[in-house]
Amino acid sequence: MTDKPCNLFDVGHRACGGCAAALAAKLILEAAGKNTIVVSATGCMEVFSTPYPETAWGVPWIHSLFENNSAVASGVVASLKKQGRTEKVIALGGDGATVDIGMLCISGAFERGTDFTYICYDNEAYMNTGIQRSGATPYDASTTTSPAGKCSFGNPRPKKDLPAILAAHGAPYVATASVAYPADFKKKVEKAVNIPGPCYIQVHAPCCTGWGFEGEKTIAIGKLAIETGLWVNYEMENGEVTRVKKVRRKPVEDYLTEQKRFRHLFRPKKNDGEIAKIQQIADRNAEKYGTDIVLKK
Amino acid sequence: MALNLGCTAKPGNARDNKTGSWRVFKPEFIREKCTQCGMCTIVCPEGCISPDEDEFPVPDYDYCKGCGLCAEECPSEAIEMKKEEK
Ligand SMILES: Cc1ncc(C[n+]2csc(CCOP(=O)(O)OP(=O)(O)O)c2C)c(N)n1
Ligand code: SF4
Ligand code: SF4
Ligand SMILES: [Mg+2]
Repeated sequence: MTDKPCNLFDVGHRACGGCAAALAAKLILEAAGKNTIVVSATGCMEVFSTPYPETAWGVPWIHSLFENNSAVASGVVASLKKQGRTEKVIALGGDGATVDIGMLCISGAFERGTDFTYICYDNEAYMNTGIQRSGATPYDASTTTSPAGKCSFGNPRPKKDLPAILAAHGAPYVATASVAYPADFKKKVEKAVNIPGPCYIQVHAPCCTGWGFEGEKTIAIGKLAIETGLWVNYEMENGEVTRVKKVRRKPVEDYLTEQKRFRHLFRPKKNDGEIAKIQQIADRNAEKYGTDIVLKK
Repeated sequence: MALNLGCTAKPGNARDNKTGSWRVFKPEFIREKCTQCGMCTIVCPEGCISPDEDEFPVPDYDYCKGCGLCAEECPSEAIEMKKEEK
């Protein structure tokens, strides 16, 4: 089978077994197709797919810095326009690359109305450098820079709402997705690359290594995030939420107990106070987006 | 190592890297139980599962890392993870 023509995102990459970011890359290119140019910031996805001189990409792919990912993508878009070419441009970044380090250039590209799609694979920390917290790390997750211990319950701040920030830039299309729902994710990618102007997708990408679970559970964990209300899948068109995935909500504990990054909330003894605060985050999400399935009496 | 101009590389040459050597558990696909729903092919992060001539999914063991995601997500329990004999 080795002599098969290469897939758009090909075998031989060095992601951990069961990695959601690798699955996301595969799904993105299945949806966007071969007429795509990808610009990638540093991070796991860049590192595992392109240890020089190897590359797993079957489409043109450019490595940027963290800071200038969207600026490089803007340059590619401008050049294609000048040449009258029609390739779709996708900028890819991890959560650290996106919600923290690349913010300035992302904001600039969205302000200019650049015709591109930015996709953040959100594994909720700086994984490639050893699990440091980012602005997308959830409340109370233990990371190497927000370690749980005697004086700390883990990351003290909630996730930064980047989709809302980019919607506020006037983006025509902003969506959240999860690798746990591959067909939904692919539909959103296809939609985003075909809508003119700057579009944004943030895809939840459970990381077995950084979150502490077995690689075979990647999809199951992604589903639990949605079923507990800690991750919401929605679409926003021109600033309005137009579609939301509804769920029959489970308690947040069902999600937390499956991951080592939240283990301190259950051992040596259960921390009901902190778990209640996380439940509140889920409850607020459910109310804000109207995710709860209401049974007719 | 000599770098090419612009550090370019040929598409998909990561194929040189046979990640199948990482495997500890090996997925065994049981045809009798398989309904050809395609779930395993969709979720495999390697993209290493493809259909054979009878449309049954077959993993490329040169690249399968043995992560077990396909077995976990198969709705028909048609994939079993077995300790690899090396
Ligand atoms: C300007 C700069 N700072 C720091 C680094 C080191 N670095 C490489 S990968 C990485 C983690 C990136 O995290 P994220 O964007 O969330 O992607 P992930 O690795 O989690 O997939 C960091 C900090 C770098 N390459 N460049
Ligand atoms: S550390 Fe996490 S994101 Fe990085 S390759 Fe491994 S599973 Fe994927
Ligand atoms: S075990 Fe993992 S890598 Fe191997 S075929 Fe199944 S999903 Fe793909
Ligand atoms: Mg990250």
